[in-house]
Amino acid sequence: MAELGPVLEVLLGGLMSGVLYSLVALGFVLIFKASGVFNFAQGAMVLFAALSLVRLAEWLPFPLALLVTVLIMIAVAWTVERLVLRPLVGQHGLILFMATIGVTFFLDGFGQTIWGSNVYQLDLGIPSTPWFLFESLFPGGILVSPVDVFATVIAGSLVLALSIFFHGTRIGRALRAVADDHQAAQSVGIPLNQIWLIVWSTAGIVALVAGMAWGSKLGVQFSLSLVALKALPVLILGGLTSIPGAIVGGLVVGAGEKLAELYIGPLIGGGIEYWFAYVLALAVLLVRPQGLFGEKIIERV
Amino acid sequence: MIYRETGQFRTSYAEDQAIFRLRQDRAGIAVILAVAWIGIPLLADDYLLRAILVPFLILAVAAIGLNLLLGYCGQISLGTGAFMAIGAYAAYNLALRLPGLPLLLDFFLAGLVAAGIGVLFGLPSVRIKGLYLAVATLAAQFFADWAFLRVGWFTNYTPSGSVTAPPLDIFGWLIDTPLEKYWLCLAFACLTAILAKNLVRSRIGRSWMAIRDMDIAAEIIGIRPTTAKLSAFAVSSFVAGGAGVLWAFVHLGSWEPLAFSIDMSFRLLFMVIIGGMGSILGSFLGAAFITVLPIFLNQAPAMVGIQLSTAMVSHLEFMIFGALIVLFLIWEPHGLARLWQIGKEKMRLWPFPY
Amino acid sequence: MRAPRSAALLATTAALALLAAQPAAAADTIFYPSLVYRSGAYAPNGIPFANGVADYVAMINARDGGVGGVKIEFEECETGYATDRGVECYERLKTKGAGAVAFSPLSTGITFALTEKAPVDKIPLQTTGYGRSESADGRVFQWNFPLLGTYWSAADILIQHTAKISGGLKGKKITLVYHDSPYGKEPIPVLQDHAAKHGYTFEAIPVTHPGVEQKAAWLKIRQTRPDFVFLWGWGVMNSTAIKEAVAVGYPREKMYGVWWAAAEPDVRPAGDDAKGYNGLALHPAGADYPVHKDILKYVYDAGKGAGKREEVGEVLYNRGVIDAMLKLEAVRTAQKIYNKKVVTGSEVRDGFERLELTAERIKELGFEGLVTPLKVSCLDHEGARKARIHQWDGQKWVFVSDWIEADTNYLRPKMEAAAAAYAKEKGITPASCS
Repeated sequence: MAELGPVLEVLLGGLMSGVLYSLVALGFVLIFKASGVFNFAQGAMVLFAALSLVRLAEWLPFPLALLVTVLIMIAVAWTVERLVLRPLVGQHGLILFMATIGVTFFLDGFGQTIWGSNVYQLDLGIPSTPWFLFESLFPGGILVSPVDVFATVIAGSLVLALSIFFHGTRIGRALRAVADDHQAAQSVGIPLNQIWLIVWSTAGIVALVAGMAWGSKLGVQFSLSLVALKALPVLILGGLTSIPGAIVGGLVVGAGEKLAELYIGPLIGGGIEYWFAYVLALAVLLVRPQGLFGEKIIERV
Repeated sequence: MIYRETGQFRTSYAEDQAIFRLRQDRAGIAVILAVAWIGIPLLADDYLLRAILVPFLILAVAAIGLNLLLGYCGQISLGTGAFMAIGAYAAYNLALRLPGLPLLLDFFLAGLVAAGIGVLFGLPSVRIKGLYLAVATLAAQFFADWAFLRVGWFTNYTPSGSVTAPPLDIFGWLIDTPLEKYWLCLAFACLTAILAKNLVRSRIGRSWMAIRDMDIAAEIIGIRPTTAKLSAFAVSSFVAGGAGVLWAFVHLGSWEPLAFSIDMSFRLLFMVIIGGMGSILGSFLGAAFITVLPIFLNQAPAMVGIQLSTAMVSHLEFMIFGALIVLFLIWEPHGLARLWQIGKEKMRLWPFPY
Repeated sequence: MRAPRSAALLATTAALALLAAQPAAAADTIFYPSLVYRSGAYAPNGIPFANGVADYVAMINARDGGVGGVKIEFEECETGYATDRGVECYERLKTKGAGAVAFSPLSTGITFALTEKAPVDKIPLQTTGYGRSESADGRVFQWNFPLLGTYWSAADILIQHTAKISGGLKGKKITLVYHDSPYGKEPIPVLQDHAAKHGYTFEAIPVTHPGVEQKAAWLKIRQTRPDFVFLWGWGVMNSTAIKEAVAVGYPREKMYGVWWAAAEPDVRPAGDDAKGYNGLALHPAGADYPVHKDILKYVYDAGKGAGKREEVGEVLYNRGVIDAMLKLEAVRTAQKIYNKKVVTGSEVRDGFERLELTAERIKELGFEGLVTPLKVSCLDHEGARKARIHQWDGQKWVFVSDWIEADTNYLRPKMEAAAAAYAKEKGITPASCS
């Protein structure tokens, strides 16, 4: 039992950091499903949302700051949709992808210009001292961090809310219709532009939630935008179009990389969690190009 | 009026296949080459050579490498920096472990190593494409970053992980002044440009473009997608690897893996997009643009009397890069090179456009 | 594609192409370049340092009209902590004005790259508290000045301190969590040497740039439960490390940061949890020193401060001030040696080599209590190798140890051996120093 304790602990810790990856990946999936755009700017949106919230909260009461940030994210979504995506409609996916890289750089620069480039503390009032579970079973118990638990709960409720939204509401049905077939959806009178606006706004709000979770963990600063790079393999693993896929992909990557780092890492020099997720995604790509949960429509030659 | 093909008849196939078919174009390129080889060395100071022209030429070579892959074969790569790193470290290790090796041969072999690894990471392109491929090349980027950081053998177990290039000695000619370095890079840039230009006009280049434009149609007319894609990866990585050697040996002198991080890959991608996908000229224009923009941003506000803070300048740089990418993709996906071409078309009609 | 658009795009590009060469500056100034990073992942730490440098130079210009009667022309260049951009900045600024007097790269990676270039261009590299450790041997590294302490000194001081407070390190475990770059790797050889000598087990865990992924490292620390964790991080890596330490319940009292991992931006994001975290200090924090009064009076009261008024006196701000002061002292020394006002890089090098800060001089400069006396010589480019330990009490840094001096008898031969190896590789003939 003594041997099992640390492994379980690493597994649990990994799963929980995986949830954080999932949160970012979720934003990608939403947009990809509805508009076929692989939005590289999701990471920049996470940073921008977190920065806005933390700086606004300095002189506004927190709930108000949260509300204003939501409005800002909707404005960002609207701007991106209007100025970038609409002129590029119908273009090749690669062009759209590169355009979102442009948006990423713009948002990174813009966010730092108006909000500053320091580290800002985001205190959500979650206790940071760890909890120890099953201390009777394992020596030292199994360590769980409340911040991770909080993130897990948030991610869980977000997924629940999104599925209710997608399956229970009129807009949700319209969204799914658009995701299935743009033209068919348009021909039955679903306004595409409006739908895209809604999707981008939702992705903006998901980014805000991810930014809050990451920001309370790491402090709000520039490196938050780099989480996008961590979310890419998660997406590939789970499948680009599947919300459960994003969640499961995040969990697999999170747990896998922590276990690999601790148990394989020492054999080959350490630091492998830097590329582990990518190599895992690459392996999955070769065997199952649509990812674990993706739909089997993939362009192949 | 001046720029017009009237009266110039092509009477042989060789003439018809020339790269520059117009007398005016030939004269233009001769002037540019003369300025580059003779004029600039006479006029430019050390700073211009070392801090602007040398990096510009090296990045232009790397951008040609990426352009061959992205612009001509339609395969996206976010890992160009990794292939540059592979070239740089391969050259370092070859020079270290085979001391008698002539430097140029060393460079060539390093390029081949980069090409080999490029093919390896290009293999997924046989099965996947587009965005998925972007992730595969990112894997190359992250793996290379890690390997050169953590595997001591590559850096000859230097405690700090930073390695230093040997002196640049080409057949007894020691290259150490900025002017010599500039000439060396210029030679490489010209050579790469000519080879690349001819390559894309050849059978293999045309097969790349066929794959880019429509892979299924290309396959039907008898182009093997595997060969075409992998050869594009090989050539592109070879060129990028060569550029990496120059960047490390000529420009930096002493470097660490971070010099070839993902930022470098993104910068090259921007050069290709802004310069023009599918254009050799565009690679040069894009490289010039991205090299000069930060320097311009630093100095321009001061010239007109506005004092911008360093932080503001660097944020502005991010924003302008981002905005330009989007603008070019929307308005002119073929970049600066296309603008140049449009300019030329207009010149032909000037001053009597109809 | 309509014509106005192409014209607009063309116009923007053409405007950029018109990059005018800078006219040479007036003869009676010296040029002080400052490599900074005010943007990106390392900005939280780069900004206060850059502000300290900028404010000190502005104050000297405003109060004394420059150094030794010549105005200081000052320019910043953004490196983003990236080696290639640092090299570009160096190339751009080295010949500006009357020629750069010295460079402070503020990045070990950039220092490595510039170490090759500085002897060719004859410009000294001042690396206050960083850079390559063996460059303290001035016979081989004639152009490098790792003033006030190298990382080897830092590692040695940390070992001395931990050995003292725990009554010997025999059988103990020490883990180094380091930024995976030339910077983070510097202390490893010394810590390994000491492991054999003191009998502790040593483990080094790398953290990849920029350092936000540390979960695995800290889970490992939780399992191995080392007696001390040394932190060799920079930028966001430091605050993340403290947060992760909290998350795995590792006591902050047992954590020791190098002097680049012991400033306000490192502990503040962790809030109250950072309480008890220790770090090396080359100098105290605080804005109660005479030099700060002058900075506030001549710079901030005139509305020309580089940062916020309340940030004056932070740890990294003060380090920037000290860095600038040392550079200007070297310039003054050079002005005295050569008896002229506008000095070049190679003359300033001689100024650095004869730099001596006595207690009286420190008082004169308004730095009493802020900096230790130091004396640079041709043999020893480090000048002083002392630091104290300070601890974060949730609000401010409090000293918990007296000055500790690194063990020269052990470090010096090691440095000389490393420097000799470098000299051999590069074909440098060491200076005789006589």
